[in-house]
Amino acid sequence: MEKIVLPDIKDLHLIDIYEQNGGYSAAKKAYSQTPDEIIDQVKKSGLRGRGGAAFYAGLKWSFMPKTTDKPKYLCINGDESEPGSFKDRQIFEFNPHQLIEGILITAYAIQAKITYVYIRGEYHKWIKLFQKALDDAYARGYVGEKMKEKFGTDFFVDIYVHKGAGAYICGEESALMNSIEGKRGYPRVKPPFPAQNGLWGNPTTINNVETITNVPPIINKGWDWFSKIGEPKHPGTLLYGISGHVNKPGVYELPSGMLLTDLIYNYAGGVPGNKKILCIIPGGSSMPPLRGDQIEGVKMDAESLKAVGTSIGTAGIMVMDEDTDLVKVLTRIAKFYYHESCGQCTPCREGTGWMLKILNRLVAGEGSTHDLDLLISVASNIEGNTICALGEAAAWPVRYMVTRFRDYFEQRVKKEVALPVPNKVHSMRHTAFPLAEIKE
Amino acid sequence: MEFKFTEENIKKIEEAVKKYPVKKAAVMPVLYIAQEQNGWISQEVIKEVASILETTSEDVLGVVTFYTMYHQKPAGKYHLQVCTNVSCMLRGAYEIYDHVKDKLQIKNGDVTNDHLFSLEEVECMGSCGTAPMIAVNEDFFENLDVQKVDQILESLNK
Repeated sequence: MEKIVLPDIKDLHLIDIYEQNGGYSAAKKAYSQTPDEIIDQVKKSGLRGRGGAAFYAGLKWSFMPKTTDKPKYLCINGDESEPGSFKDRQIFEFNPHQLIEGILITAYAIQAKITYVYIRGEYHKWIKLFQKALDDAYARGYVGEKMKEKFGTDFFVDIYVHKGAGAYICGEESALMNSIEGKRGYPRVKPPFPAQNGLWGNPTTINNVETITNVPPIINKGWDWFSKIGEPKHPGTLLYGISGHVNKPGVYELPSGMLLTDLIYNYAGGVPGNKKILCIIPGGSSMPPLRGDQIEGVKMDAESLKAVGTSIGTAGIMVMDEDTDLVKVLTRIAKFYYHESCGQCTPCREGTGWMLKILNRLVAGEGSTHDLDLLISVASNIEGNTICALGEAAAWPVRYMVTRFRDYFEQRVKKEVALPVPNKVHSMRHTAFPLAEIKE
Repeated sequence: MEFKFTEENIKKIEEAVKKYPVKKAAVMPVLYIAQEQNGWISQEVIKEVASILETTSEDVLGVVTFYTMYHQKPAGKYHLQVCTNVSCMLRGAYEIYDHVKDKLQIKNGDVTNDHLFSLEEVECMGSCGTAPMIAVNEDFFENLDVQKVDQILESLNK
């Protein structure tokens, strides 16, 4: 099987080796076409975002205004803070030039003159590796003003690395933009969307590292070649990151739509001690978990996972064997979101703390079955009531873990305590009408 | 104690500012430069950064307190960051974390008396496939067990 994002070529991170393997030829090809032609090809390829939402990349680019006097920006999201995700660091380390080439093409397609590559601050090593590759590309005239000469085009783009400083929320696109602007990483209310009102109020597109690294092969080999790889509705390869209780954890590049069981048992070498699987989380810790008995026949792509009540996320698969203490795992997940909530929206700021307190009670053996209902109630009151998707990210693992493992959790609680009046759930995000009209 | 950037760092700051259309946008890289020079972000550092970037101390303070990687008090010479998030936890991160706490006799966020080590329990560092892990300052140590942690601590102690 051919690898697109992380090919098995020794020392591909070196610019000489990358050039020898046809590097920067896709950018040259792209510059002989119009920006609209590029967007059209990426649209037809069916390339979907690899950062979590699986949004169509070409469609996203087409939202950028064509006639505007404002400067346009491209941001590359390498914040990679979702627990269970460790794929983008492989690209920075092993194939940084393909990412740079992808930026050259994408920036041209949306006519952005400046690109910020946002890399999480903890990735010191990978920031240095990527910066080295970027410096080499600048020196050879592939990036910056010199590229006019190199590619014989009027277009040029500057690429800058922006180092994060330890905040999960900066992986959310509007928080990421605030962070680049030198502010606290607070997500912004949408609309307006970044394509209208992004960095410093200018049109901006934000794409994940892996998404953009897929672009050069699409331009070089054609959209129809790409669209035939893997699942038709989510084509291409994915960087599956498998972690937790498996014999060979790691990142595996394979076509989309791989069977979960195939990935876990054949590629990741199965579960140590041949234990059974109690639970898996398919796309990083914010995605709804699945029971071990739910994964048979389930494929890893956006549509197939949606059908079984979860989501592809970053394709970071966490595997937990039958001896795992799920209450502790869920408490750890809740602690993460409590720590990472930016504090703007009350439901998330308070709710994540409450969920953690209740779960800590469960871990201490002082929980009741009503605590389980209370957890679901709190989670339901966060969902949809926040500016950004961290609300869902915090609520989903709690709600689905407690629902899908109800028996397991009930065994862990003994006492029966009456719950106060059950909450009615409203969703602010769907209330386009005046609040007074909400009665039930 | 007054804080002034070294001349070398002033040049670095000028480079950082060039990347952004607005001067104050460089606050994050400039804070990193300050932290490298001073070890941590003090009130004096905040004032100086604000005056260089023509913004207010309050805005700079807001950034410092939002991001976990800016130290608001001096850290040890070796800042140990133990990830205990799920993928690491499933592979024994808490054993390692508790071991480090016992061995150094410090709690989360503390510094040892000799200022050699400081400890921080951190969120996912992207080492899920090579878990568990400890980051010592900027370097990742992965695929750890308690023995390897002992070796690391001993080598740093010399």
